[in-house]
Amino acid sequence: MTDTGSRRETALLSVEHLTMRFGGLIAVDDISFSADDRRITAIIGPNGAGKTTVFNCLTGFYKPTIGRLTLHHPQHGPMLLEQMEGFRIPQRAGVARTFQNIRLFGSMSVLENLIVAQHNRLMRASWFSIGGLLGFAPYRKAECEAVGLARYWLDKVGLLERADWQASSLPYGDQRRLEIARAMCIRPVLLCLDEPAAGLNPRESAALNELLLSIRDDHRIGILLIEHDMSVVMQISEHIVVLDYGRKIAEGPPSHVRSDPAVIKAYLGEEEDDELPPEIAEDLAHDATDDG
Amino acid sequence: MEYFLQQLINGLTLGAIYGLIAIGYTMVYGIIGMINFAHGEVYMIGAFISLITFLLLGALGITWLPLALLIVLISAMFFTAVYGWTLERIAYRPLRGSPRLTALISAIGMSIFLQNYVQILQGARVKSLPPVLPGGFTLMGHESFAVQISYLQIGIMLLTVTLMAAFSLLISRTPMGRAQRACEQDMKMAALVGIDVDRTISTTFVIGAALAAVAGMMVTLYYGVIDFYIGFLAGIKAFTAAVLGGIGSLPGAMLGGVLIGLIEVFWSAYFTIEYKDVAAFSILVLVLIFRPTGLLGRPEAEKV
Repeated sequence: MTDTGSRRETALLSVEHLTMRFGGLIAVDDISFSADDRRITAIIGPNGAGKTTVFNCLTGFYKPTIGRLTLHHPQHGPMLLEQMEGFRIPQRAGVARTFQNIRLFGSMSVLENLIVAQHNRLMRASWFSIGGLLGFAPYRKAECEAVGLARYWLDKVGLLERADWQASSLPYGDQRRLEIARAMCIRPVLLCLDEPAAGLNPRESAALNELLLSIRDDHRIGILLIEHDMSVVMQISEHIVVLDYGRKIAEGPPSHVRSDPAVIKAYLGEEEDDELPPEIAEDLAHDATDDG
Repeated sequence: MEYFLQQLINGLTLGAIYGLIAIGYTMVYGIIGMINFAHGEVYMIGAFISLITFLLLGALGITWLPLALLIVLISAMFFTAVYGWTLERIAYRPLRGSPRLTALISAIGMSIFLQNYVQILQGARVKSLPPVLPGGFTLMGHESFAVQISYLQIGIMLLTVTLMAAFSLLISRTPMGRAQRACEQDMKMAALVGIDVDRTISTTFVIGAALAAVAGMMVTLYYGVIDFYIGFLAGIKAFTAAVLGGIGSLPGAMLGGVLIGLIEVFWSAYFTIEYKDVAAFSILVLVLIFRPTGLLGRPEAEKV
């Protein structure tokens, strides 16, 4: 951590020595980092660097080979994600995620996608659905609240007038935003976004930046972001973790990461002419004088 | 005309019973993509529990019919649901994630096990129950032929319609139903919005078993005779009904059940009673050839 500064002692999420092996393949090798609330932490790196594997470990898809993933929930206290059953991670720890390839409940309506995300709250309010069947008042009230929250997020992502559409019939950009809205309906404390800007046009991408900043500032949660689109990463993230071949090669604020030689070598190489490693710069200069 | 009407009533009654069993097949298929071939046996167990409860109530001296029927209904649904839950827990859950064929073989194994279990516990002889609810209305008719609808038939149809309405409401309106539809589409994603997938699947089995138990109770009352082997034929016919309606589709299962009931009854009435099963299963073959998705099923789209 380079700029903990005035923040509180414990990070929202701390990943310690995370290692994930698949047989002989080491997908993630001894990675440690932390993510704070009210901050956007980006995980970047070339294809196959292990970014999505980190997410899969965080959300219970994989059980890490080694490592500890601690989430400090503001209400429920510290929780060890690697020891929790998959569905408890969103339910108890409040970790929500979206996918690189969108995974909506395609044949449900847009609104229903957001109601399903509030399953546990409604389940409790309805006495495991029996109350819902009989139309109990507490369930009615909970359902109204659920619809209210869903409408809030639909409004926020600009899908309010499409609430009754079948989710799979939405255009691509809308589906991406709906996925974020659904994740937010879990009422998470940490939102993990796997390439939310993939396939978006520049205008949609700018709108996404605004949405993420508003989620961070208005809802005071932490965002963990995997992204290839450098304009998104550099503009909105406060903290960047760079992975390459499963290892962490750099970490820090965007300005720091941008000029880190290891990062440039692995990732940003071609774009940053002025930041090239000295020997290559020398060679280039040499070539240039030869030609001239 | 009178003859036709009478057969229609009989066919609808039988169809209601098939429909209730078919829901169990279609729901389980919808959520875990597996045909639960032990479901017919669950229905048979429901029939036995109804019979046992009836005899027990008789021995205890509870003979006021509405109360007795209610107790039988509740106990059959409850105990059969326990069987359904246990079945899923020991025979299918450990195989989650393995190839479909494995679970299918496990289902057939459970089917054989349950048949033999009941045969050993209850004996192989046919069990009978004296008519519990005799009488009925004569709708129309004359000297030679009168169209009758018995109280029992009315009861069966009313109960079926009520249960199916409640069940449709459960699936479409309640959190549990929504969770079921979510698990059906994407189990991993369902877990990621905090749905307990294992519990949702268990609930599916419990509901399917409870509905099958109602069917079992109805058959016990309607025909008055049961044995350990009734689950096989009824199960396969309900499966046919589910396929005819479109497996995975709930309205399809109900429609398919009614259609199979009608086909079977009309075939026996107008053609030959010996070939009624042949007629029902020919439907299965024809549906699989000409419309594999069934009447209301959509190819790989929404299930249940």
